[in-house]
Amino acid sequence: MVSVKEISGAMGLNTEQLLKLYETMFMARAVGERERMLNRMGKGPFAVTGEGHEAAQVGTAFALTPGKDWVVPYYRDIGVALTIGMSPRDLLMGHLSRSDAIESGGRNMPSHFSSVELHVVSGSAPVSTQVPHAVGIALASKLRGLGEVAVTYFGDGGASVGDVHEAMNFAGIHKLPVIFVCENNQYAISVHVRKQMAIENVSARAAAYGFPGVTVDGNDVLAVYEAARQAVERARSGDGPTFIEAKTYRLVPHTSDDDDSRYRSKEEVDEWRRKDPLIRFQAWLEEHGVADKKAIDEVRAKVMQEIDAATEFAENAPTPAPETALRHVFVEGGD
Amino acid sequence: MAEKTLIEVVNDGLRDELRRDERTFILGEDVAEGGVFKATEGLFDEFGEKRVIDMPLAEAAIVGISIGASLNGLLPIAEIQFADFIHPAFDQIVSEAARLHYRSNGTWSCPITIRTPYGAGIHGGPYHSQSIEAFYAHVPGLKVICVGSPYDAKGLLKSAIRDPNPVLFLEHKKAYRLFREEVPEDEYTIPIGKAAVKREGSDITLVTYGLMTRHSLEAAETLQSEDGVSVEVIDLRTVSPWDKERVLESVRKTGKALIVYEDNITGGFGAEVAATIAEEAFDYLDGPVTRIASPDVPIAPYSGILEEYVLPNPAKIAEGIRKLAGY
Repeated sequence: MVSVKEISGAMGLNTEQLLKLYETMFMARAVGERERMLNRMGKGPFAVTGEGHEAAQVGTAFALTPGKDWVVPYYRDIGVALTIGMSPRDLLMGHLSRSDAIESGGRNMPSHFSSVELHVVSGSAPVSTQVPHAVGIALASKLRGLGEVAVTYFGDGGASVGDVHEAMNFAGIHKLPVIFVCENNQYAISVHVRKQMAIENVSARAAAYGFPGVTVDGNDVLAVYEAARQAVERARSGDGPTFIEAKTYRLVPHTSDDDDSRYRSKEEVDEWRRKDPLIRFQAWLEEHGVADKKAIDEVRAKVMQEIDAATEFAENAPTPAPETALRHVFVEGGD
Repeated sequence: MAEKTLIEVVNDGLRDELRRDERTFILGEDVAEGGVFKATEGLFDEFGEKRVIDMPLAEAAIVGISIGASLNGLLPIAEIQFADFIHPAFDQIVSEAARLHYRSNGTWSCPITIRTPYGAGIHGGPYHSQSIEAFYAHVPGLKVICVGSPYDAKGLLKSAIRDPNPVLFLEHKKAYRLFREEVPEDEYTIPIGKAAVKREGSDITLVTYGLMTRHSLEAAETLQSEDGVSVEVIDLRTVSPWDKERVLESVRKTGKALIVYEDNITGGFGAEVAATIAEEAFDYLDGPVTRIASPDVPIAPYSGILEEYVLPNPAKIAEGIRKLAGY
């Protein structure tokens, strides 16, 4: 039996849940690192990952009911996909464009997460086009009385796109069960957030659409989780949308094709490495007696084992048959 | 059988489908009060605010929200007020709706219908007159229908709404109230991707769609009575996917092909038809594959004099037929 005694500052989460949070954050970090490594080894042509965003991603998705609620992520959301139930194997199969990869079978770029069963909606690469989709999903949930909540994710750069305005405006008018999560890592590739917006907190925009916006320390997983939990509660009880801005930092280049030393200093990156959400949460777990160093090491070893096995599986999995490139343009047998 | 206008049958078709399938709903600008052309007249009163939803002036949201709603079990029927205003939604249509099924390896699908009035001839100026079908016919994963007659409009609208893929349904706005046609009250559908031979003939194959079908039929009648030239008029009705086989079959019979479209001539959909005929029916041709279309100016200038000058009309089409018949 897991201890049910209240852990101070744990936002109502028990030991098992807290360890799960850590495990998923670490898994997201390790999958990202593995994908970049495979890319450097010449095995996958491209990698886009989210090291540094783990608290923002896992903390928000942890407040959802997997398979019932919907996530409409963007390309950095490895932590979201894993929290909802996609596996390292699913993601690495996608990274290596294997024929049985559930995301796309080698059609979409890696980190374009998708699972019909888990309500993870396939995304594209134009930025923020996914945001109206979450609003449409939430509209259907409301019209059909399903009680499902939709969460969509985008970056500080993505917040500039007109689709976000159009989507938030409609969601506010109809009080839809949707949550807008902006992972503000302060850079849209090379463009600093100061050249992206004139305001300090992008969450301030929510007021203009008639719903609450909150800014949280995006490297504090428990603060993020609590903001998301409240937003899910609001959405579920018919009180409408919430905008959550999670302030964080991308510890790695934008993608495998980016050199971030061209636009930000090593000192700046190092400063944020000291605020690494994984280091912070590990320290918290140890301080609050949830897990000692040994327990953390065990979690990490288990995750690495799973990722190694997933890598081996994906590397040996079949590639798509060339002629399948012509399939699924239209629904087959549709008319 | 009742005689109806195109706009009346669009309204009838929408009402039928809203009654038939409770997953359907309409969203668009001014749709609750009936819309600027009255396509949705009376539907809000019958079906209420959950089935007929007034949207903010935000075309990307109209299409993007339709996509999302379709992923969660509904069948959205979006109205874009004028085809000229659909461009802000180009990304949602091309990058999202049309690619979603393919990019997810056939796991997600996007059964949305986007209706919009298109075409010139109503003094709409450069922003209420455009033909947009060529932009979208170029995109795999999207079906594009162009209707210019009441009978076709009703049967194809029903097929579009029931289709499991995204469908762009273009209604020629000048044809809305231009003429009446016998339309059955009883349920019928017309398959997407099938052309209709609107007039049989043996000397020339004329391929067209939208309002140009009516103009072409008038020209064909003139040529028959004045010149004794027999023109077969084929209305594509769907431009993507289009009925190549029906067109090629006719060209193999007549040996001559004229393509008539209202859009600018360069890169218009008729160019694709011409290329296909040249490639696949070359041995049967007895004259150049020719086109009658609008010149490459923004369609259409507001002044009736200027508008008439640029748009294809029965006289210009008749002239084109005569020229081709001379080979």
